[in-house]
Amino acid sequence: MLNTLEVISTGPLSLIEDLGRIGFGRQGVGRSGSFDRGSHRQAQRLVGNDDAAAGIEVLLGGLSFRLMSDAVIAATGARVELSVDGRSIAQDTAEMVRAGQVVKLGRCTNGLRSYLAIAGGLDVDATLASRSTDLLSGLGPPALNAGDQIPVGTPMIRSKLRQVTSAGTRVPTSVNRQVTADVSCTLRITVGPRDDWFSTGALTRFLNASYVVDPASNRVGVRLRGAQIFRGEHRELPSEPTIPGAIQIPPNGLPLVFGPDAPVTGGYPVIAVVVDDDLDLLAQCRPGETIRFAPLS
Amino acid sequence: MTLAEEGLAVHRYGERAFLVDCANSDHALGWLAAIEAYDTIGALHSRPGASTVLVEFDPAMTDAGELEQVLGQLRPLAYEQDPAASVINVPVVYDGDDLADVASITGLSVEEVIAAHSQGTYKAAFVGFSPGFAYLRGLNPRLVVSRLASPRQQVPPGAVGIADRWTGIYPRSSPGGWRLLGHTSLMIWDERLSTPALLQPGTVVRFVDASSDTADA
Repeated sequence: MLNTLEVISTGPLSLIEDLGRIGFGRQGVGRSGSFDRGSHRQAQRLVGNDDAAAGIEVLLGGLSFRLMSDAVIAATGARVELSVDGRSIAQDTAEMVRAGQVVKLGRCTNGLRSYLAIAGGLDVDATLASRSTDLLSGLGPPALNAGDQIPVGTPMIRSKLRQVTSAGTRVPTSVNRQVTADVSCTLRITVGPRDDWFSTGALTRFLNASYVVDPASNRVGVRLRGAQIFRGEHRELPSEPTIPGAIQIPPNGLPLVFGPDAPVTGGYPVIAVVVDDDLDLLAQCRPGETIRFAPLS
Repeated sequence: MTLAEEGLAVHRYGERAFLVDCANSDHALGWLAAIEAYDTIGALHSRPGASTVLVEFDPAMTDAGELEQVLGQLRPLAYEQDPAASVINVPVVYDGDDLADVASITGLSVEEVIAAHSQGTYKAAFVGFSPGFAYLRGLNPRLVVSRLASPRQQVPPGAVGIADRWTGIYPRSSPGGWRLLGHTSLMIWDERLSTPALLQPGTVVRFVDASSDTADA
């Protein structure tokens, strides 16, 4: 029997996401999908789903909902005050929720994006083999709204609930990151492809800088404030393919890191690319927090 | 010639991709063809830019060093379009909001702008900006105009525009800064298909003036 999730409130932004659209770049379609894929996978595994099942990416808490039938859920990623009918429950653990109980992801205390999984996965229609909302292209389901009724699929291993429940309580590394006085996040990068568009001095400046995450950041791109990097090469760059993690240097000299919903081509030089797994860390960096870049040796 | 012989570079693009510099768009399409001919098992995802090709790979399946060597040694295939198979004729009603402005900027009459646009033969270089939006090159140099200073919030699907040396068709409703010459009723994007974009890199396009065809207007 199909279950249904009824949205009561959404917080600032709650989106249905899976692991994204792979292989449609040539059609002009970006990857999209959960920004912090490590936390997404962890949540889906906790409830016994395939990694690629669709869940909800919750920005800064605030999502509350009820289910029409009993189901196992898990919430990972950013720390939130998680409760069922007002009773506090643990994150990073599979929890049985009864029909009609109100689940709330309350105040967000650390990180930025929480990941909610429900056994069976969210069963909305797929677009290009994915259920992800892409905020740039508009592909996939719309952002969640209060009153939405979201179909939930049939769990794969209903009878194995006990094993699922004990599956693990690992806090994802993306949230358990090292927070020091002045640097909240170090992202590993590979330098290039267009590092030769910058002087050695400009590249060194970029590698030594601490950048602050700008509030105008989103899933399309994370904007950074700090040392401006100006290119030495003033030709026009013909549009070239881009991927999430690309660090573009626009004319204002302030780096822009492409997120999962970034465009598939760009006309500004990419000075370096964030290691794919470290996008999980970037997903959890709040506006005002500090980022440094560390080249892979 | 190989890239080394041409003095072109293969750049690292993160730990999961390489970016191949090409001399121009046809060279990039030839490279794309060569990579696809080499990648018989479909382990790579490759796509062109205006004069580049991005080659994405899974480091768990493909050794980066070996792939970099292969890319350095490949020779682009001569890119030859099958003339019968994939020329797409796009009927256009030339009623765009920027038609008069383009005429005044270029010093042509509206009729001359329409003639110059509809007499060209174009080739899709790459798809970017938004899903299914093919950058078509081959624009008459007399029609080269800048983008709008302030982009439109909403351009309807099927709008045909020009900007710089490109022309293109908005596949879906989106914001847009290209100057609009007209519109087509041809479906450029269908996300129910496994290949949703009608215009693929390499597709040859001709615009057919359908302004007098009232059925389309």
